[in-house]
This record gives sequence, C-alpha cells and structure tokens, in this order.
Amino acid sequence: MLNQLTYKTFGKNAILIEWPAVISEEVLQDIVAYKTKIERLLKLQDVIVGYNSLLLVYNFEIEKFQTKVALLKELYFQKGVISKIRGVHWSVPVCYDPVFGIDLELISTRKNKSVEEIVRLHTEVVYKVFFIGFLPGFLYLGGLNSEIALPRKETPRLRVPKGAVAIGGHQTGVYPAESSGGWNIIGNSPVSFFEMDKITPCFAKTGDEISFESISFEAYTSIKEQIENNTYQHKKIG
Amino acid sequence: MITVLNPGIYCTIQDLGRIGFAHIGVPISGAMDLHSASIGNQLLNNKKSAAVLEIPFGGCKLQFETVVTICLTGADFNPTIDGELIALNSVFKVAKGAILSFGSRKYGVRTYLCVLGGFDAETVLKSSSYYKGVTARSYLQKGDTLCVGFNNPIKQKSHAKIKVDVQHFSTNKIRVTKGPEFELLSKNQQNALLKGVFTVSKDNNRVGYQLEESLENELKPILTSGVLPGTVQLTPSGKLIVLMRDCQVTGGYPRILQLLDNATSKLGQKIAGDEVQFWLEE
Repeated sequence: MLNQLTYKTFGKNAILIEWPAVISEEVLQDIVAYKTKIERLLKLQDVIVGYNSLLLVYNFEIEKFQTKVALLKELYFQKGVISKIRGVHWSVPVCYDPVFGIDLELISTRKNKSVEEIVRLHTEVVYKVFFIGFLPGFLYLGGLNSEIALPRKETPRLRVPKGAVAIGGHQTGVYPAESSGGWNIIGNSPVSFFEMDKITPCFAKTGDEISFESISFEAYTSIKEQIENNTYQHKKIG
Repeated sequence: MITVLNPGIYCTIQDLGRIGFAHIGVPISGAMDLHSASIGNQLLNNKKSAAVLEIPFGGCKLQFETVVTICLTGADFNPTIDGELIALNSVFKVAKGAILSFGSRKYGVRTYLCVLGGFDAETVLKSSSYYKGVTARSYLQKGDTLCVGFNNPIKQKSHAKIKVDVQHFSTNKIRVTKGPEFELLSKNQQNALLKGVFTVSKDNNRVGYQLEESLENELKPILTSGVLPGTVQLTPSGKLIVLMRDCQVTGGYPRILQLLDNATSKLGQKIAGDEVQFWLEE
C-alpha cells in the first residue's frame, strides 16, 4: 500500500514524514516498512515513530533538504526490498485482582458489565504496538475493544503505581514506572517494560503485538520474585 | 572528590544528554544551557561529553575533599571560594578543604561547575545526565559525594580565555524556525506569535517553559507525534509551552515553532517574569 506522504523540515536537523491523519494498522505497517528501509540506508541519531509520522533526527544540520527528501522518496517507492515485517507477539501477564484494578468497579457500573466480562474483553484482543512515548517504555497500543473504552479521569491521579494496566479513552497501556496519570486502572503487570541495565531496555518495539494474560495474585507474586532474581523471561507467542 | 554540604534545589549532573534513545521513550536531557556547559569543558580541554554540575539559582554549597581544577560558567550568582569572590569562565585549582558557595544573582539562572576530567557519575544509556527513573539519582542531596573523573582531557591547543557573550543572557530574542503545524495557524495567529512579547511563567523547569500570554486557538490536537527539545507547543487553552531538555519524546499538541539549539540554551537562562520574543529564521 502506498500513501501520499508529506515531508517537512523540523528545526535544523530533523525531517518529519507524515501519513494521512488516521490511526490504522495499515498505516503502522507502512511506517514500520519505511522506517526499516531508512535505517538500513542512513545512520540517524534517532527515529521517533508517531501514529501517522516518522521524525528523522540527524546528528548534523541538514543543508540540502530537497536532496534529502528526493532520496527518501526514492527509498519509499523502492519495491521488493522488504517483505511484510512481522513483529514479535508477546504475552504479558496481568493480575486483574481488585487490589490492583482500583477502577474495575467504576467501569463495571458505567459499562453495565461484570468485572469478568471486562477482563475477558481486555485479554481476548491482540494489541499492536504503535510506538513508545510519554515515559521510557510506555507502549501506545492500538486495538482496545470500544465496549470497554472510557474517557480518562478529569483530574489525574498524582501517583499511578509502576505496572498499572489502564484504559484511557480508546487506548490501553501499562505504566512502566510510577507516574501521575489520568487513565482508569484495571490491573497490574509484574513485568518490567523498561530495564535500563539491559541491552534492549524495552523488550517490545513498534510493530510488535501484545496479548494480556490474566493471572492470579499468587502467580503475580511468583513472577515478581523471578524478576527480582533475574530469572524471568519475557514470554513470546508463536 | 566533592562533598555536598547544601544540595540547593534541583542541582543535577548533566552532559550532552542521552542521545539516540527516543524510540524507547527516553528523554534526551543534557545541560539546559548546553552552550555555557560546553564553554567550561572547552576551557578545561575536557571532552565535549564531559559531565558537569548544573546549579540553578546558585543554590548549593560544596566542599572539595581533594585539589580539583574547576571552571564555572553560565549564570553569575557571585560565586565564592572560602568567602572570596571568584571569576566565571576562568580555570583555576581549588585547594583541598575549600568551600564553594554562591551569593546574590547578577544574571542567568543556571551555573555550571565544570571540573578537569569531568564528573565521574553513573552512566546509563551512554549518558550521566540525571533523570528520574533512568538514573538512580534525580537531583543532588545533602551528603552526596561527587567523584571527579580521571579520563584524560583531550590534547589540543588550550583556550586559556574565551570571550563570553553577555548577549547570551541579556537578549530577549529567541531564534526559531517554523514548526510542522505553523502553517495551520491563521495570519492573525502567526502575527500575534511573531510580533508579540511573551513572558516566562512560574511553570518553568527542565521539562518545559510555559509562557503567560495566550493566543486565540481553535486548532485541534494532532495525532501523537515526535517532539524535540525547543519545540513550541500550542495547548488547547492557547498557552504556549516551550519544551526543554527533559521533555517527553512525543506529544499531541500542535508544534508551531522550533527553537534553534542555541535559543533553547538561552531560554534555559530565563526566569519567571523575563520577556522573550520569537525571531523567525527562514
């Protein structure tokens, strides 16, 4: 699928590439493919992915913007270099015990659904990782069932604990660290989304898939122990 | 080694920042006034990437446990060694046991204590810049000890004296280029933005500087997309936020201007009440 892209300068050393302003898996797939091609050819300081954008940050001042864009365009239209890129499918354990899921009851009332039903709807979807932002290791996930979508709180909580699994509008995500936040909390995941002592501090990346697996409080404690002892392995599906 | 007698407020170790980790959501960080920090490292013949101590509001008191060669740059808060006033932007040896402290403000906000060999601090993701959740320390605390590095300074001709441009601190001219959403602004909004005078609000820190004056705004939020230090965001209420070194890597507000890097450094020396004007470069 080829899209109509726009190329803009962003400061002296970055180029912003934008897709039509929609959130879709097709656009994500196209972004990931283009990003892979770009990173194979160019040594960039960083490439920041957005829902419909790539921000290419160069480690020098861009002098010939048009020449750079021409090169990038050629790369975009180059065929057959990269077949469909398959991300990794991760299984992420989540304990939906009310001890953690402090907003489950609220969602249950608002949506007129049992807690079990909410958990089922949250765990049956395979989510797509669009990009990482907000906090180190915070995954922007697409695919939340709209039956459990709920606007974020009007007043954010000052302290959302590390690992909190939450729903904010049509998005769902896991807080990788304690932070303030306005999303509705439905559970907690014992796994770490940002480990700065690892070569890959965040195990997931743009284009990967995430499934949430409901676990008991006992399993939660046991995984926490494994993480502390450094014996826990992030679980892949397929 | 240096002991922290009084930690001040939000003193942090900084270098050029954590470059290349935005794709996992890690802010760049780095000295708010990279320009002044780099002058200190140049004067000491340190590597560009040598870690320095960023001291806002002259708010800390340090004791040198060994002889250390230092250079102070950036804001002038009448620094003294054992009560004796010392010059900024010059290199000298500090005796063992000496105490560095600061007095009243002359200009700027952030002073940089640069030491020969740089500070030897915990390095995470290729940088020693403090950032909560990434480094173990997020700001200086009483009783902390700071180690001075042994990494050899680079060999090159010495910059015994560098003329420091006072304009860096006094100018209210902030040089910018158009941000990706600039053209979505109406002509009136563009005029108000480029001709108006904006005041730094009390909401200013290493993450961002909010400006007091508002623009009329009917722009809708954008789909979350990359931002950079120096990006000027237009919030739904019409307030402008200039993102600074510790900013998040993505955002959803229209990005209407982008500061040149040196302008970000200059803004990092402004305090609440200071006025700034954007100066568009083509």
